[in-house]
Amino acid sequence: MKTASRIYTALLFIFLFAPIAILLIFSFNESKSLSVFSQFSLKWYRELFRDEATLTSVRNTLLLALTAMIGSTILGTAAAVGIQRLRARWLRASLNTVTNIPMTNPDIITGISMMLMFVFSGRLFGLANSLSFWTMLIAHVTFCLPYVILQVLPKLRQMDAALPEAAMDLGCTPIQAFFKVTLPEIMPGIITGAIMAFTMSLDDFVISYFTSGAGFQTLPIRIYNMTKKTVTPKMYALATIIFFVILALLLISNLTDEDSGRKRKARKSKTID
Amino acid sequence: MRERLNRSTFSLLAPYSFWAVLFIVVPLVFVAYYAFTDNSFSFTFDNITRFFTATSTVTNGSGAETEVRTYLLIFWRSLKLAVISTIICLLLGYPMAYIMTRAGSRAQRIMMILIMIPMWMNFLIRTYAWMTILQDTGILNGFLGVLGLGTVHIIGTESAVVIGMVYDYLPYMILPIYSILAKMDDKLIEAAKDLGCSGPQVLRKVIFPLSMPGVLNGITMVLIPSISTFYISQKLGNGRFFLIGDAIENQFVANNLHFAAAMAFILMVILLVAMALIKYVTNRQAYGKGGGLL
Amino acid sequence: MKKTFSLALAAAMLVLLFVGCGNSAKVLNVYNWGEYISDGSEDSYDTIAEFEKWYEATYNENITVNYDTFQSNEDMYAKLSAGAVSYDVVIPSDYMIARMSSENMLLPLNFDNIPNYANIDPNFKGLYYDPDNLYTVPYAYGIVGVIYNANEVDEADADGWNLMWNEKYSGRILSFNNSRDAFGTAMYKLGIDVNSTNTADWDRAYEELMVQRPLLYGQVMDEIYNMMESGEAAIGAYYAGDYFTMLDNQADTVDLRFYYPDPTNYYIDAMCIPSCCQNKELAEIFINFMLSRDAAVANAIYTYYASPNSIVFNDEEYLDELGEETISILYPGISDFAKEYNRLAYRNLSQDMLDYINTLWEKVKIN
Repeated sequence: MKTASRIYTALLFIFLFAPIAILLIFSFNESKSLSVFSQFSLKWYRELFRDEATLTSVRNTLLLALTAMIGSTILGTAAAVGIQRLRARWLRASLNTVTNIPMTNPDIITGISMMLMFVFSGRLFGLANSLSFWTMLIAHVTFCLPYVILQVLPKLRQMDAALPEAAMDLGCTPIQAFFKVTLPEIMPGIITGAIMAFTMSLDDFVISYFTSGAGFQTLPIRIYNMTKKTVTPKMYALATIIFFVILALLLISNLTDEDSGRKRKARKSKTID
Repeated sequence: MRERLNRSTFSLLAPYSFWAVLFIVVPLVFVAYYAFTDNSFSFTFDNITRFFTATSTVTNGSGAETEVRTYLLIFWRSLKLAVISTIICLLLGYPMAYIMTRAGSRAQRIMMILIMIPMWMNFLIRTYAWMTILQDTGILNGFLGVLGLGTVHIIGTESAVVIGMVYDYLPYMILPIYSILAKMDDKLIEAAKDLGCSGPQVLRKVIFPLSMPGVLNGITMVLIPSISTFYISQKLGNGRFFLIGDAIENQFVANNLHFAAAMAFILMVILLVAMALIKYVTNRQAYGKGGGLL
Repeated sequence: MKKTFSLALAAAMLVLLFVGCGNSAKVLNVYNWGEYISDGSEDSYDTIAEFEKWYEATYNENITVNYDTFQSNEDMYAKLSAGAVSYDVVIPSDYMIARMSSENMLLPLNFDNIPNYANIDPNFKGLYYDPDNLYTVPYAYGIVGVIYNANEVDEADADGWNLMWNEKYSGRILSFNNSRDAFGTAMYKLGIDVNSTNTADWDRAYEELMVQRPLLYGQVMDEIYNMMESGEAAIGAYYAGDYFTMLDNQADTVDLRFYYPDPTNYYIDAMCIPSCCQNKELAEIFINFMLSRDAAVANAIYTYYASPNSIVFNDEEYLDELGEETISILYPGISDFAKEYNRLAYRNLSQDMLDYINTLWEKVKIN
């Protein structure tokens, strides 16, 4: 059974990483071709660093994803805490449904609908530019919110409601109880939600396409527009760099996670004695 | 705290509710508004009826022509591919999630990271990479050629589109299922074994039903994007497949906003109904036919 | 306190929503096709950067150019006509320009600010989409031709549009993945006017496309580069300039050739200023810069598209760089360009006609 699991896992990971391996290899291709490897060369990396427009779009994408992550995490956590506290079932059910809508709506619908709304309000206020960075940000926060809420809510439900009450009995104000007791408990959910929000925003193409204004192109839009002519290995070089950066980040966070996990275990064993 | 809506809850929820109404509900109202009006913005059902009644002819290989409902056919094809991809994702993803829970905690973390990495790579580029692999002159055929196994024509077929969709969405199936399996209480499994269940029986009667919420989450996150994708079908299908996402985009680009909105509206309603149905079925699985837990 | 906090949060969101991007520095927004300008890659001239430098040196003011790209005329039109975005310079194709001008979406140009316009070859002035030369300055032009792999295709079969319907090459043929161009190839083949307002003509074109359908490898736009270069497909129609890009990158096993069928599509992409423009004079200065020698030659070399600018096609460096054979294909020496162009270019059609064509297109696509 164990070897079967190992083989299955290996096959699955080969499937997941085969295209990425292709990207890696062809980013070092001398020629422009994406299917025939001629010889090893770093020229696309050099090209990439001279391509201001692409670098700007990368910066834009990161900026957008970070702000969307922060916005949706704060708003979503507050919302999750609020929803958890609701006694009125109808209100809770309707908020849950509304929360699910961006997730269950195909992005082309979300994109078109938001564009229609922004254009309408833009006309109403006599703006020349109905779409801009802010409209994209709003759209991104909106579709990231469900992911945050759906990660935080279960943690809230799992948490023992007695804990913050105990804290308040011991003299904390409700706000202190929240920040000292509840928040640390739901932190894993918040972090996972934030990471998911960042991931969804980073790779979003359709919604960004419909809500982007002049002068703020994100990477997916830039790549899509480049494909009218041809995608050069320059983009593969970019993808390779992203891959190694993420790998490094995730490995680092994994290592620090282990340390903090061990420290928490040590702390716990101390207090129980 | 028996008050229906005390102050702190209100202040927590007010920003979000305001945001939700303004940016989730109102845009949908716009879609509905455009869907039910024509170019002069007077009310009409025409857009909706057009979706259901427009007809075309389809000619098969031997030249025989059959009349079909255009958009229903397009929707059916999209649904078919999406359902196939979702099922494959489920069949591939569930075992993977299960295997992950059996591994050591360090291995679990590493595997989770590895599964998440493709999600961070730009999906347009990943699709291009698949073109490189699957083309007739691509890497797969090159590899098969070296082994002397002849060539396979995958690109431009439904299989290529399904492979593309499964590849893009597999992590979204694995992670929710893993998440819920990981949280499962081992004691329930032990109890089942104590009461005489064999391994497979435990899987079928305890683990699988309890993992239903995660399965539902995974299905949602795979089915919805698969139905509405247009990029994958264009690139890996050699432009031979015209799916509902392509159709909506086509109408939008041809400046038929009202009909595009109508298609979007109908698609949305169908998906909401489908999701509700799936939720009902999986809840019955999780909670048993007579209701109540287990 | 919490109540005021949440209200303040709500108010802040409202403000954020309607503030938009308030920039006081000089900004120019340009909207062009993707990969349609010399952008500095592979040691080429970086037109946008050079413009910014030149402007700052000449006018002593800092300027930022936002250069955005679109990948089809219809996409660009959809965004502009919805009032969603505002650009100062747009570079659409002829039929789209005709449509935009008929809908009053374009501003007449002040040619006092564009002295280099004098260098535009008279063949490209007074054409159907701008008969009084009020709104446009031509940027690039071209002619659609057929590209084929000589290692797979017999030269004898390279016979006008028929090659793309030749059953001998079933499964090796590529067609355009957009309605106007796809129908265009069928109509040119049948000798029908591509701007016909007679639905029966379009029905005939539809039948012709259906005949071709089983012979297709696929319907592509940009994927054609990869496919022709690697030998994945053997025959396709595309724009002349792009043939040379493919030629540069072709695999060793592939030998790409090119020819113009007759009749075929002539097109012109031109610079114009949309009515949502926010800085007209700056836009005109930019257009003038694009017509200047260095920028125009660099763009023409980079994109491989033919230039209507006499400075370019008379330039020594340009002619040397491209070589005789390339020049003879790009500039086929058509005796009466204006006449051929007016006869063969796409024109804007009525919305009813476009809807009819779109419905036919969907019928083709679902087969």
